[in-house]
Amino acid sequence: MPETKKNQGIVLRVAEIIIDELKLEDITAGTFNPDMDLVDELGIDSMDLATIALVLQDEFKITIDEDDYPKLKTVQLICEYIEEKLAAGN
Amino acid sequence: MKTVSSLLDPIWYERYKRISHLNIRSSIYDVTNRCNLRCKGCFFFSSGEHHVTEEMDLKKWEAFIDKEKARGVNLAILIGGEPTLCMDRVEAFYNRLPTYLATNGLIKISRDRFPDMMVGISLWGGGDDEKILRGQDTFAVSSKNYEGDPYTYYLYTVTPKQVGKIEPVIRRIADCGLKVHLQLLSNDEGVDGFSWRPEELRDLRFEMDEMLDAFPQTVISSKYYHEVITTGMMLGRHFGWNECPSVTESMDHRRPPVRRLIHFYRWAADLQTSHRCCTSATRDCATCKDGAAHMSWIMVNKRAHIVSTKDLQNWIEVYEMFAKLYRLIPW
Ligand code: SF4
Ligand code: SF4
Repeated sequence: MPETKKNQGIVLRVAEIIIDELKLEDITAGTFNPDMDLVDELGIDSMDLATIALVLQDEFKITIDEDDYPKLKTVQLICEYIEEKLAAGN
Repeated sequence: MKTVSSLLDPIWYERYKRISHLNIRSSIYDVTNRCNLRCKGCFFFSSGEHHVTEEMDLKKWEAFIDKEKARGVNLAILIGGEPTLCMDRVEAFYNRLPTYLATNGLIKISRDRFPDMMVGISLWGGGDDEKILRGQDTFAVSSKNYEGDPYTYYLYTVTPKQVGKIEPVIRRIADCGLKVHLQLLSNDEGVDGFSWRPEELRDLRFEMDEMLDAFPQTVISSKYYHEVITTGMMLGRHFGWNECPSVTESMDHRRPPVRRLIHFYRWAADLQTSHRCCTSATRDCATCKDGAAHMSWIMVNKRAHIVSTKDLQNWIEVYEMFAKLYRLIPW
């Protein structure tokens, strides 16, 4: 699969997880802006992030260190983080 | 979908962004089992929380605080007993972590030793109430010790007998150049006449609002906090065990999980025992009026407030109040 398509798949899945876990209404993975700041715009906090991180860990078989939460500011940045972890073998 | 910027004008949005990344991880520490007062209704002594063997070795305190820091704690709240009876332990915290000291104010801390440590002085009303509940008018001493101190405020626990009589207390505090935050007595020892009746709570709410309007430079508070703490309600939900955010993490087995303070603990002075929550383990959650727990309840429920401009502004004001109380943002 070309790199962009692969990334797009992760973007959609991460958006889907966030929508499910936060029970967001009136939005779909397709309409979720991957560059939207999750704290400044959606108002998520570290407890939300911890919940989302648990699902991401299960889904992508990676570990997410709590110290890394501040890096996970947008869906796009979460995807890049996941890709880095997968490339590094975790 | 409601977003933060869609609900706020640019000024409120900036206020939101100023606090949204603070990421506070607080825990509470009983610095000592001893106190130089014995107030009626003090939850620490009434619930027997002082019955642990106090750790006396300063090195053990230092190692413990280092472990707390490694655990992610970034705000140490020191209570007791009376922490100023053990200044070396207070210093061990202060040298390692942003530290807040809750004291009865009878002993003056040295500002050479603790230049910017936040100090909250407990106050239980006017002189007469203080004499009944605490055995002496502590304000007479504490106000001399801390007059004009820019890192000190009074934590005024309002009792039912104080309703309608708050103003002179606030004025005295203003006159000595200090600030004040209001909270409500939870009558843990069942002192006669000090339990809340609904009409007293209703009257108090509006009196607190009036004080905030009349003394905006002195009172650190918010009207939404007044509403929530006096009604025990937030967004149609009741405060209590099923909602309380201030439960020690290792003792929190509630299912489904409750929105809570991440990694919050309250440690006893033996550095091994942890208490159930930020206040007495024997307190009835159904009538608990703990100010910090109510404040935190609002703060951890941010997304529930992203429904209307007013709700979100209410949330911002409470978070700002908390951040000011710990000097995380300027007064
Ligand atoms: S000063 Fe504080 S710790 Fe001491 S008895 Fe009074 S309420 Fe309790
Ligand atoms: S007593 Fe108050 S602070 Fe403690 S768990 Fe119950 S509701 Fe929370």
